[in-house]
Amino acid sequence: MDGGAAERPASAVAAPPALIEVRGLLTVMAGTVIHRDLDLDVREGEMLALIGGSGSGKTTLLRMLLGLEVPAAGTIKVFGHPLGRCARIDLECVRHRWGVLFQQGALFTALTVFDNVALPLRELKSLDPGMIETLVMMKLTQVGLRPEDGAKMPSELSGGMIKRVALARALILDPQLLFLDEPTAGLDPDSSKQFVALIRALRRELRLTVVMVTHDVDTLLALADRVAVLADRHLIAVDELAKVARLPHPFVSNFFMGHLQRCEGQGLAGFRATLDEAGGPA
Amino acid sequence: MARLRGDWTVLGLLRHAGALAADLPALRADATLQWDLSAVSRLDTAGALLLWRAWSGQPPPLAGTRPEHRALFDLLAAGPAPRRARRVDATASEKPAVNALQASFVGLATHLLAVTALAGQLLLDALTLMRHPGAIPWRELSANVYRTGTQALGITALVGFLVGITLSYLTARQLQNYGADIFVINILGLSIPRELGPLLAAIIVAGRSGSSMTAQLGVMRVTQELDALSVLGISHTLRLVLPKVLALAVALPLVVVWTSAVMLGGGMLAAQAELGIDPLRFVQGLPAAVPIANLLLGWTKAVLFGGLIALLACHFGLRIEPNTESLGAGVTQSVVVSITAVIVVDAIFAVAFSNVGL
Ligand SMILES: Nc1ncnc2c1ncn2[C@@H]1O[C@H](COP(=O)(O)OP(=O)(O)O)[C@@H](O)[C@H]1O
Ligand SMILES: [Mg+2]
Repeated sequence: MDGGAAERPASAVAAPPALIEVRGLLTVMAGTVIHRDLDLDVREGEMLALIGGSGSGKTTLLRMLLGLEVPAAGTIKVFGHPLGRCARIDLECVRHRWGVLFQQGALFTALTVFDNVALPLRELKSLDPGMIETLVMMKLTQVGLRPEDGAKMPSELSGGMIKRVALARALILDPQLLFLDEPTAGLDPDSSKQFVALIRALRRELRLTVVMVTHDVDTLLALADRVAVLADRHLIAVDELAKVARLPHPFVSNFFMGHLQRCEGQGLAGFRATLDEAGGPA
Repeated sequence: MARLRGDWTVLGLLRHAGALAADLPALRADATLQWDLSAVSRLDTAGALLLWRAWSGQPPPLAGTRPEHRALFDLLAAGPAPRRARRVDATASEKPAVNALQASFVGLATHLLAVTALAGQLLLDALTLMRHPGAIPWRELSANVYRTGTQALGITALVGFLVGITLSYLTARQLQNYGADIFVINILGLSIPRELGPLLAAIIVAGRSGSSMTAQLGVMRVTQELDALSVLGISHTLRLVLPKVLALAVALPLVVVWTSAVMLGGGMLAAQAELGIDPLRFVQGLPAAVPIANLLLGWTKAVLFGGLIALLACHFGLRIEPNTESLGAGVTQSVVVSITAVIVVDAIFAVAFSNVGL
């Protein structure tokens, strides 16, 4: 399969349905307004990157989308179900259809790598142990871990491995929607490149819709179809990478300083191609 | 001409702060005096600020300032950003008249409300589990019984034994004076299973397991494990809190039996040493001295204490914010509050059941 489908400009086809719909979001934390009148659509199959200055509320917005924080006003619909107000059973369905990669991995420190990845499967209470084992080992291989890593405890893993295990856990139920919070933050350049290549490969294989928070230009260029820019408490732009990069806003011009060439057709395609080659088949 | 020399840095100035504070404004009083900073070997922000203050923000005619020093004065001339309070406390700004006493009552009320809500949620979770027995977290339950019960046997035995000996010695001395030696069995048999055993075990377990439960939940907050559970749709109360509460409610009565037994054993040995009461006679005398109601009362209290300690520990654990200070404060609060709560509940029991089993 080629990666073309995901990278085709979204305007060339009829817009696919929105998996996430945010309308009029108002977020207040400890008396401070963090988002006001924020609207956002995440379409099926796309990779949307959320960028913004430090403290602009990217993580908070992601937590809102996950239902970990409750908005002061406005609605958030995921898979068409309004978060917070829907029946328990609907919420359960939503949660089986998404995966989340937290910034520090958030592995369960008391469980081994295997048990961490197996946990979402065991929660279903309907799979036999043999099946769980096969699925977990398949997923570990898919994210580039060796079978013997399964017996390790999270404290014995390197930063890059933690992210891989966390990714395996996020993907174990084969979700449609994947959330990534700073997927490459804290990784050395080499691990970061490998991890980005891995996400690209997995995305092609699993037809994921991805929402990603990042402040790393390379990660953004490698992965994003559309970019949402969070500034002044709302999204000042949600558009294709090349268009956003030319936006006359101080944060945006700072962010893309020296990278403008790489955001356009040829440069971008070339960069992504080298990544895919270097990463090889996952 | 005022000529400055040497290091005008925060460390260099420490020793001369007093003298400079007096001299500099005096020099500045002469508005036409030229200041020569060319011989200053090092000037840091604190040194520049000292001068700036002495000049009351109006630099005098300067001679031979170096560019890097100029930059510091320009920075000061621009003025620092005004300091802002870290957090606007909504309640404080609305009602400045709220005094400390009221604030602590409000704090207590919020905690009580939150603990009640948590207990209610646990009840609902328990009902859910009754309808879906397959979802009962047996592993967590047994792990918690092991951690809070089995692993506490050593320390509770040691403390119980020593307290039993002390108690027996003290009463033995008094009883000897009246020639009522044999009543040591009654006194120990009455006080230990009903009061001292449950209380002592509960206090040790609150310090041991209560703190570890709070810390565990707090660390899970810090490492985002709690968020990871939520995102997977796993209920914190059902998976983390309920097993802890149930396990401690089961484990503590067992620990109490153990502690009381060891305490009585200690008392028995001391009674033999001090009063020459034969251990066999001591054991045979116990059933008459301990009304069955006292045992039941002790166990009931232990079940309650166990549940309460775990409930409070989890309450404080779930409130911990993702920072180390909050973690430390939460653990301290958890232990202090649960020990206090145990003693308060014990006192309520003592009054309410004063005419049972005595
Ligand atoms: N739990 C919280 N309580 C109070 N303020 C918070 C909380 N979480 C985040 N904030 C505030 O919200 C703002 C946005 O934070 P965050 O979403 O982490 O920013 P970003 O991820 O874009 O760097 C920050 O100013 C932060 O201080
Ligand atoms: Mg962040």
